[in-house]
Amino acid sequence: MTHAVDIRGVSKVYGPAGAHTFALDRISLDVDKGEFVCLVGASGCGKTTLLNLVAGLDRPGAGEIEVQGRPALLFQEAALFPWLTAEKNIGLALRLRKVSKKERAERVDELLHTVRLEGFGDRRPHELSGGMRQRVALARALAQETQVLLMDEPFGALDAITRDLLHDEIERVWTETGITVLFVTHNVREAVRLGDRVLVLSSRPGRVMAEFPIEIARPRRLESPEVAAVAAEVTERLRKEVRRHADDDEEA
Amino acid sequence: MPTTTKKPDAATLDVELAGLDALDVPIAPAPSPGRRAWAVAWPKLAAVGIFFLLWQTVVWLHWKPSYILPGPIAVFKELWHEIQSGTILEAAGNTLQRAALGYGIALLIGSTVGMAVARSKVLRTAIGSMITGLQTMPTIAWFPLAIVLFGLRESAILFVVILGAAPAIANGIITGVDHIPPVLLRAGRVLGAQGLSTYRYVIIPACLPGYVAGLKQGWAFAWRSLLAGELLVIIAKKPSLGVRLSFTQQNNDYVAMLAAMVTIFVIGVVVDSVFFARFERAIRRRWGLVDSAS
Repeated sequence: MTHAVDIRGVSKVYGPAGAHTFALDRISLDVDKGEFVCLVGASGCGKTTLLNLVAGLDRPGAGEIEVQGRPALLFQEAALFPWLTAEKNIGLALRLRKVSKKERAERVDELLHTVRLEGFGDRRPHELSGGMRQRVALARALAQETQVLLMDEPFGALDAITRDLLHDEIERVWTETGITVLFVTHNVREAVRLGDRVLVLSSRPGRVMAEFPIEIARPRRLESPEVAAVAAEVTERLRKEVRRHADDDEEA
Repeated sequence: MPTTTKKPDAATLDVELAGLDALDVPIAPAPSPGRRAWAVAWPKLAAVGIFFLLWQTVVWLHWKPSYILPGPIAVFKELWHEIQSGTILEAAGNTLQRAALGYGIALLIGSTVGMAVARSKVLRTAIGSMITGLQTMPTIAWFPLAIVLFGLRESAILFVVILGAAPAIANGIITGVDHIPPVLLRAGRVLGAQGLSTYRYVIIPACLPGYVAGLKQGWAFAWRSLLAGELLVIIAKKPSLGVRLSFTQQNNDYVAMLAAMVTIFVIGVVVDSVFFARFERAIRRRWGLVDSAS
């Protein structure tokens, strides 16, 4: 398998038979090993549904999903366990993989270094800022020794400067580890800033309706004119999709 | 534009992250332990002081003759005397032993049933509302049946103590599990927790705040039921706080009666503050549920 993630004709419906709606309708996409792919879409494109399916939290109604290894998933809120310190949150991922205690301690130190949080290991989640919590969550995801990292709008709730720094941070981690990233966001600029490819999803039902390979040299900056130019194109495509749904209302 | 394409070197990013972290982490100077102890102690002491003052005022007003309603000084003298002679200690010892046994069994039953109901839809539909029904039932209403079933014995008292405490504990654990944020359960699954490890690493620690509230309430129910039981089910040659209450009233020894009441109250407060309140505070602090401004 050359792809890290392979999604073939996947559908997912919600609601009772007869009155059901398609969250995803025969969606197909693939992510190469080591690739950074961003998914953008307006509301109702089934982004979160798709990530849940890839993460194995839910089963597709039809189609096939193949993932290299067991993927890790980062949520919009860090989803750290509030009763555990940063260290123990990271350690739990290792513990569940049956890593020995001694090795765990070493690995946790390494991971805290990876996300530049040495010295914060004994803090509990509520004693950390939103950005720091996301970095702990990132370290915890990396502790899973996963090949595929799924991210569900992980920086959506952060302030602008923190988000900016975390873009640099995730890019660095991605470069250092060679991990595959599937990143869902509604922020088009963020997608263009980070992705090797940006896929635009249609809404209700969700399908891939456009693909933008991003050829801007890394490292990129969110505010660079090149990023802005591509983002404008992607946004125009998204707006067209949103306009299409204006008719839905009129019909109803 | 050179500034926008300039490579942000790794060292700069590290410095910026460290700077942001330093700005983001709240700085709250921890109060010294002595100060904290005083902050906890003085309101309690003041409340106790005001209570005794009110009590003494009622005595001074001669609302009732002092042989019927003695003042706090007389009662504490009596209590001191009973502590020295060991009578009250023996009674309290027996009562506490029953409390520990009854509560222990209730803890086991309540926790098991609570966890099972919380995690099983069928069980919840079947007995979920029955547990709340049991909890609202006054425990004293069980005594006639308990005496019929077990006779005037220790087991009749324990039966009612368990029936009083177990539903509260079960309901606590159910509430605790119901309030676990779904994202934590999902995070656990993504990390590879399944079956028993989900309980061990996710569900049980996550439900602790609700569980502790249930344990606390369970203790209150247990202690109440126990004293009601000791008043009703009097076992020969086994002194207890309930028996003391009943006998002193019958013998018109009201000073000793009030001394027993004070003992019952003090035990209730001490058990709560030594076990439950402390446990609850520790959990709230861990979870960050304490307002740092207060």
